[in-house]
Amino acid sequence: MKEAQEFVWMGAIPLQIHLHESEVTTVPPPPPALILAPRIGYLPLLLPLIKPYFSSTLPPGVDTVWFEYKGLPLKWYIPTGVLFDLLCAEPERPWNLTIHFRGYPSHLLIPCEGEDSVKWNFINSLKEADYIINGNCKNVMHMSQSDQLELWNSVVNANLEAFIRSSSKLKSGTIEDDYASKSSLSSQKSQKMIGEADTSVQTKTGKVPVRLYVWNVSEDFGDMEDAPPIDSWDRISYVNRPLEIHREEGKCFTLHDAIKTLLPELFGKKRKPKGEGNISQPLETGSTADDDPEIKLLRIQGIEPKLETPISWVANHLRHPENFLHVCVYIKVPSAKSL
Amino acid sequence: MNESAWDGTLSASEFSASAQAFAEKWKLNNPAYPPWTWVKSLEVPIFATNQVSLVEEGYLSLENVCIVKSNDDEVASCVEGEASLYDKEDEESTDSATLTSSGNDNVQPYYFDFHIIYSASFRVPVLYFRAYCSDGRSLGLNEIESVLPANSAKVLLESKWTFITQEEHPYLNRPWCKLHPCGSSDWMKLLFQAVEKVDRPAMELYLVSWFSVVGPVIGLGIPIQMLKEP
Repeated sequence: MKEAQEFVWMGAIPLQIHLHESEVTTVPPPPPALILAPRIGYLPLLLPLIKPYFSSTLPPGVDTVWFEYKGLPLKWYIPTGVLFDLLCAEPERPWNLTIHFRGYPSHLLIPCEGEDSVKWNFINSLKEADYIINGNCKNVMHMSQSDQLELWNSVVNANLEAFIRSSSKLKSGTIEDDYASKSSLSSQKSQKMIGEADTSVQTKTGKVPVRLYVWNVSEDFGDMEDAPPIDSWDRISYVNRPLEIHREEGKCFTLHDAIKTLLPELFGKKRKPKGEGNISQPLETGSTADDDPEIKLLRIQGIEPKLETPISWVANHLRHPENFLHVCVYIKVPSAKSL
Repeated sequence: MNESAWDGTLSASEFSASAQAFAEKWKLNNPAYPPWTWVKSLEVPIFATNQVSLVEEGYLSLENVCIVKSNDDEVASCVEGEASLYDKEDEESTDSATLTSSGNDNVQPYYFDFHIIYSASFRVPVLYFRAYCSDGRSLGLNEIESVLPANSAKVLLESKWTFITQEEHPYLNRPWCKLHPCGSSDWMKLLFQAVEKVDRPAMELYLVSWFSVVGPVIGLGIPIQMLKEP
């Protein structure tokens, strides 16, 4: 468990950050800033590292910082690693971003007043996850201001040891899964969730905090390189719905099952899962397996876990510090049938 | 649900049913206002034809509600398109937002959009809203708070349950204002225990009761008739 947590916390994206040309007042223009950004962090937190590169060249005025990738203003409250996994079908290293210090697109992005806004957003997500897992926000609400600050700082600094210490006060729970424990993953059951201290509490509600980012790809493309860029957030479906795990005797609730449960509109409940036999049962309308949406890509923390992986393992090991599992998925839905 | 004590929350399907009941009662009892419409919130395009087993997910929408604030700090609201301010005499209404203004010349109309959206995480409804001027310019959070009727501002300040934040609309990818849901289940539970004296409400009435608390915060009261059994 500790290994997986270290893997997640040490994950980083190399960024090459260019100042937008409209804000360059010097000749020659400043070179881009090269920054290693923690996956579990947030872009506005990098400002102290980035600003020195550009401060001498900015036009006069007040800073209202925002980032953009290929024309798409980036939502600052989405963890950096998730943005990368979602927007770069073919991972770009370094990831070329543009920074703006002026002209905040406030009709598109909620305001960000520096670290405080990001912290507020993080704590709110933590409360939301707490509510989903425990049915109330007491764990987070009962943390003292200084404990919350310590927890937050450990995220800002991507300091896992500090985070483990601070979060021992949060009973984040583990997801128990009988099936997984009987298999070769049985060693996971005895390991603790976030925090080395004895905080292992079974989730009371049996629900998992998940945030799903779905890109419905209408065209076929062979390589990820050929994937069309995402030019608007309207192309992404954001699903912020707790995952309810349905336990069936002798069966494992897999990552694939989780996606299907979270997207009932796409994976209609009347269909049998594809795993059973090679062809799903024809529906009343006479449609066949060809009509099932195809998961072209699924990324969590920069990796593409096998769809058969037990969801309990995925959620316990790959979640973010605020206890949400962020999943990026590219789905190809077959073309519309006539009614 | 077979829990011993109701926790003040409702399920997604209960929300959908309650929303329908709310919209119907509103239409019946609040004719001066436009009706609430149900907007389907299917985030991902659907191409399958067999939807029968699915709960229809969506949210309630009330848009272009005109709130007029004069310099005298009195507020009236009018329906979009009406030339004059709404005349209170026509209806026995407790709606604080339909006070007639003093006829002051310095009136500035603002338009509000309201969406009531279900939060799957907290299992309660959440009110989202935004405001703009007649020229289409969006109002910032501070401006909105100053535009709200005097008694809503009071409710906002005094209540520990209600505070407004600026957050992204769950479906529209734009910044909206949101009335924070954290305490909703607590006060809904209290409301039903104290007022209705029941441990569990008829879930269809959830939204009506919820709105009777939340509405006044943003200047929309509801007529007493809505709270009564049909």
